[in-house]
Amino acid sequence: MKYNYYPGCSLEKSASSYDVSTRAIAPALGIEFMEVEDWNCCGATEYIALNRMAAYALTARNLALASKNKESDQLIAPCSACYLNLRKCNQYLYDDEPLAKNVNIALAEGGLSYEAGSLRVRHLLDIVVNDVGYDAIQAKVTKPLTGLRIAPYYGCLIVRPDFGRGKHKSHETTFDNPEYPTSLDKLLKVLGAEVVDFPYKAHCCGGHMTQISDATGFEIIRRLIKGASDYRADMVVTLCPMCQMNLDAFQGAVNVHFKTNYHMPVLFFTQMIGLAFGMSAQEMGIGTELVDARPALAKIGVEVPPPEDEGTVKKPKKDDKSLPMPRLE
Amino acid sequence: MAETATQARAPTFFQQVIDATPGYSNLEMCIQCGTCGGSCPSGPDMDHTPRTLFAMIRAVEVEPSMKERILRSNTFWYCVSCYHCMERCPQEVHITDIMYTLKRISVKENIYDSSKAPDFSKTFINWVENYGRAFELGLMGQHLALHNPFGAFKLAGMGIGMVTKGRMAFTPTPIKDVKGLKAILAKAKEIEETL
Amino acid sequence: MSEEIKVGVYICHCGSNIAGTVDVADVAQWASKLPNVVVSRDYKFMCSSPGQEMIEKDIHAMGINRVVVASCSPHLHEATFRGACSRAGVNPYLFEMANIREQDSWVTSDKTEATKKAKALVAAAVGRVAHQQPLESLFVPIDPNVLVVGGGIAGIQAALEVADSGHHVFLVEREPSLGGHMAQFDKTFPTLDCSACILTPKMFSVGNHKNITMMTWSEVDKVEGYIGNFTVTIRKRARYIDEPLCTGCGVCQEKCPKKVIDNVFEAGLGYRKAVYTPFPQAVPNTPVIDRENCTYFQKGTCRACEKFCPTGAIKFDQQDELITIKVGNIILATGYDLFDARKVGQYGYGRLANVFTNMEFERLTNAAGPTGGKVFLRDGVTVPKTVGIIHCVGSRDTNYHNYCSAICCMQSLKFAHLAMEKTGAEVYNFYIDMRTPAKSYDEFYQKVLREGTHFIRGRVAEVTDCARQPSEEGKLIIQVEDTLIGRQRRIPVDMVVLSAGLQPRADAKEVAIKFGISCSADQWLIEKHPKLDPVATMTDGVFIAGACQGPKDIPSSVAQGAAAAARVLSLIGQGEVEIEAATAIVDEVTCVGCKQCIACCPYTAIEYLADKGKAHVIEALCKGCGTCVGACLPKSISLKHFTDEQLVAEMIGAMQTMKYLEATEVA
Repeated sequence: MKYNYYPGCSLEKSASSYDVSTRAIAPALGIEFMEVEDWNCCGATEYIALNRMAAYALTARNLALASKNKESDQLIAPCSACYLNLRKCNQYLYDDEPLAKNVNIALAEGGLSYEAGSLRVRHLLDIVVNDVGYDAIQAKVTKPLTGLRIAPYYGCLIVRPDFGRGKHKSHETTFDNPEYPTSLDKLLKVLGAEVVDFPYKAHCCGGHMTQISDATGFEIIRRLIKGASDYRADMVVTLCPMCQMNLDAFQGAVNVHFKTNYHMPVLFFTQMIGLAFGMSAQEMGIGTELVDARPALAKIGVEVPPPEDEGTVKKPKKDDKSLPMPRLE
Repeated sequence: MAETATQARAPTFFQQVIDATPGYSNLEMCIQCGTCGGSCPSGPDMDHTPRTLFAMIRAVEVEPSMKERILRSNTFWYCVSCYHCMERCPQEVHITDIMYTLKRISVKENIYDSSKAPDFSKTFINWVENYGRAFELGLMGQHLALHNPFGAFKLAGMGIGMVTKGRMAFTPTPIKDVKGLKAILAKAKEIEETL
Repeated sequence: MSEEIKVGVYICHCGSNIAGTVDVADVAQWASKLPNVVVSRDYKFMCSSPGQEMIEKDIHAMGINRVVVASCSPHLHEATFRGACSRAGVNPYLFEMANIREQDSWVTSDKTEATKKAKALVAAAVGRVAHQQPLESLFVPIDPNVLVVGGGIAGIQAALEVADSGHHVFLVEREPSLGGHMAQFDKTFPTLDCSACILTPKMFSVGNHKNITMMTWSEVDKVEGYIGNFTVTIRKRARYIDEPLCTGCGVCQEKCPKKVIDNVFEAGLGYRKAVYTPFPQAVPNTPVIDRENCTYFQKGTCRACEKFCPTGAIKFDQQDELITIKVGNIILATGYDLFDARKVGQYGYGRLANVFTNMEFERLTNAAGPTGGKVFLRDGVTVPKTVGIIHCVGSRDTNYHNYCSAICCMQSLKFAHLAMEKTGAEVYNFYIDMRTPAKSYDEFYQKVLREGTHFIRGRVAEVTDCARQPSEEGKLIIQVEDTLIGRQRRIPVDMVVLSAGLQPRADAKEVAIKFGISCSADQWLIEKHPKLDPVATMTDGVFIAGACQGPKDIPSSVAQGAAAAARVLSLIGQGEVEIEAATAIVDEVTCVGCKQCIACCPYTAIEYLADKGKAHVIEALCKGCGTCVGACLPKSISLKHFTDEQLVAEMIGAMQTMKYLEATEVA
């Protein structure tokens, strides 16, 4: 399976382990990544704060470059913010004809053009769980992550906004539930870990908020780490470099600010896939986290009793007065 | 875009915000339910909730001084773009996009209380426009120097950590076609002026 | 036509509605010169008595035998003028109306253009009317039997009204008992009457009524026919219990070892047995066996009920029964479904134990419910100290249902009162608007205010169990913007109640197709006119009543049930109904029997006569839409009162006029 690959600025250095681990597991997953030729920054949440037309042109340049590659009509972004920008640009160019026209006039100055909707923008997690599939992944697991309690952390931009809801149906729908996603939970289960379903798994990490107001930014981060910690997770696994940086690199500052003592390591899901496939921690780029992941990883391989079966309706005991719960599925 | 045409009159600030938002904002559909203000992770620290801001935007027509209060508010600078509000809004108002519009208007008209957030964006943009990619060290360095010199000490531990773990680039990496990118952006800005 | 055609043309002013834009005198003058026109007048209000008398006088005095009135839409006054013609002895189908108001004066601002158009429309009508043929309406008798589908409060009301008048009613209900959703409630707003206490007397009346054949645990399989003459096949599902033998003693239920979660009546909050009656006051009191959960049917063992039944009423070999009945009218009162609150992920229903839906809360407060009327948390023992009630769940939301569910505000206020009364808890209501429009409703809101319920105006953003500080530990936190103070608030509560909205039944579309009616875009059954005809449908003889037509409270459902019954009784009282004569007709000589017309008829009004090999139109079902006429290749089907000849004459009249007027226009 061939895909256009847009790493994004963070994967170059500050989240290089994400890029390294993604490329390392790609062959095992049967994926061939073709990096977009000479891609530029998607603009993050900054460019569009001060520019309108130029912001769309900036993002659209990447769409135009990717669309030159006729070997694939899909563009994969591992970073949730890049994913959002590329997807939103694709959607708004599709909805807003005058915008698309003007953006193409601008792109022409760089010798490029883009037909809105001609590419399909997808997140890395999407192709892993949907194109490769849980069964195929499970078949390749040689070192299950048994004994590790992992809190899957999605962050916000991978599942929101869902342009497919409400009245304005569109082609840029999300691949998982915007309030309560479960694809990463299922993936981690398939890798053998014990999944800690904590309530804030799809809440925002704060983005660049730490730089605007550290009190607000740190509080947003604190809630997430506290949530994972209260639910006794050994580590948090994420799928966005900004989330990883906020929860990992800023964890020390959060501890200082709130006088807390969290040691919650934060890794990328691709690193976990690699470990489960039997690849080394080095190959996965593990060791670049500021909060040391080694104590938590030392747990893998420990025998644990099988989890309780939560699926069946328990027969009520004689003295049990509890009322039945509605089933989600 | 509002669907019915009202009588011809000078465009209101309300209409200006709608027009300056790409796609459709649905701002006219707001029923002031408060889901946005309730969902916002930085809501408690905002001067006004997003909902309040929308009510204020409507009021500018009869109370012009409201416009400055809106633009001086920290609300849209505190928006983290999590899209929770937009996702939950029962009237499909594109709240996050409107926040971006207000940022743009605020900087264009040079009306804001704190320049911290606008400067952060400006610094980021500067690196991207000249190299095609973001440059974190440059961004953090400039931003902390300008706005948070004591913060630099607080974050020193983190900074050192990033460097020793090999996660900090010391120089920016330009893309090959910086010239092309600049041409594209220049043209786009030129078109923006005419709108 | 051997008789000489004499056309009378009447141009209405309609006050200034037409005359303000169209030069009516000019049009009348000009019309007098059209072929076959003997008299041409204009008058202020043609629909008035003097206006109609004018037509009648001309018919008597001048021998007018074709009438054209140029005025408003036929929807309003075609019947009026047809009546005038009839009274004066002219066949009503020799009348034609030109709409120079809705189609001209009301949509054209330029007076010259409007007058030109009026002339064209009048010429068209005059051209057509010359070719019109006298037609006789068909009169079909009305079978006095009535079918009511749905045994909820609306259906019960309709059935009783018809049955009390002396006519026979067949009442079909899908569940084992009558009662519908109202039977699940505890108290009803605003009077706080006990729901079962006011409902069960009516249920018993239905059960004992000599004029009502009650068929519960039954569904309608097929509907054929037309108004006054429906043939309906009902599937009476096997209860596996011999009804005449069953005394309703309840021993079978006691002895049945299989306990099942009751997802219907108890809203998933309580249990029932595999053999069960849904609630103690069920009508009829005969239980049913749930085949899918019965140990005998699934594994072949047990048979405890059979062993213990004192009258030997358990009959495992019972089969479904198909019963065919003939009725003249049908009333659909099929009710609503509750919105599935699991869809709103941010409220945590289904994940967080102590988030309940409105129906679950009704069952909690109901004395016959799973907790004997006590309000407990999901553990069945703890009494909540704080309760949060959330309005508008799944309603007024483009992500789910765009409409307002009409009853949730009142229901939420009722819950606030009951929660406080039963537990003494602090109660918070979270709303966007407070909708209390009907009689005594706002007074109820004031009562709840006086009792000390806390009201926060804000649509709840999320319900979470993730505590941010120690005071929130172990609670459910409701995060909301208190819009009246403009601040985000987090309110820790023990129990959350979601006022989930009302939505159409899951099979509303299939039901509509089965009965030959339509659904709106939201899938509610659609009425004939939203303002003036809320219980009739576009299909004559089929009526709708209650929540199946749209979300509404109990008084409105009762009123609609009675209204539908009144409409039906009026038809029965008339004894026969007039079918519009503009129906299709097959020329059997040229018909080739290709059946194209049958395939495309939206009213299934054409049948194939196998012995003749020809199509035949069932006049009573035919609505005169003309689809078959378009489809017929040999042109064997024609539409009475809309023949090709008539339509072409109409077109020629209009086009020639426009051409002439354009050519002679003063430059």
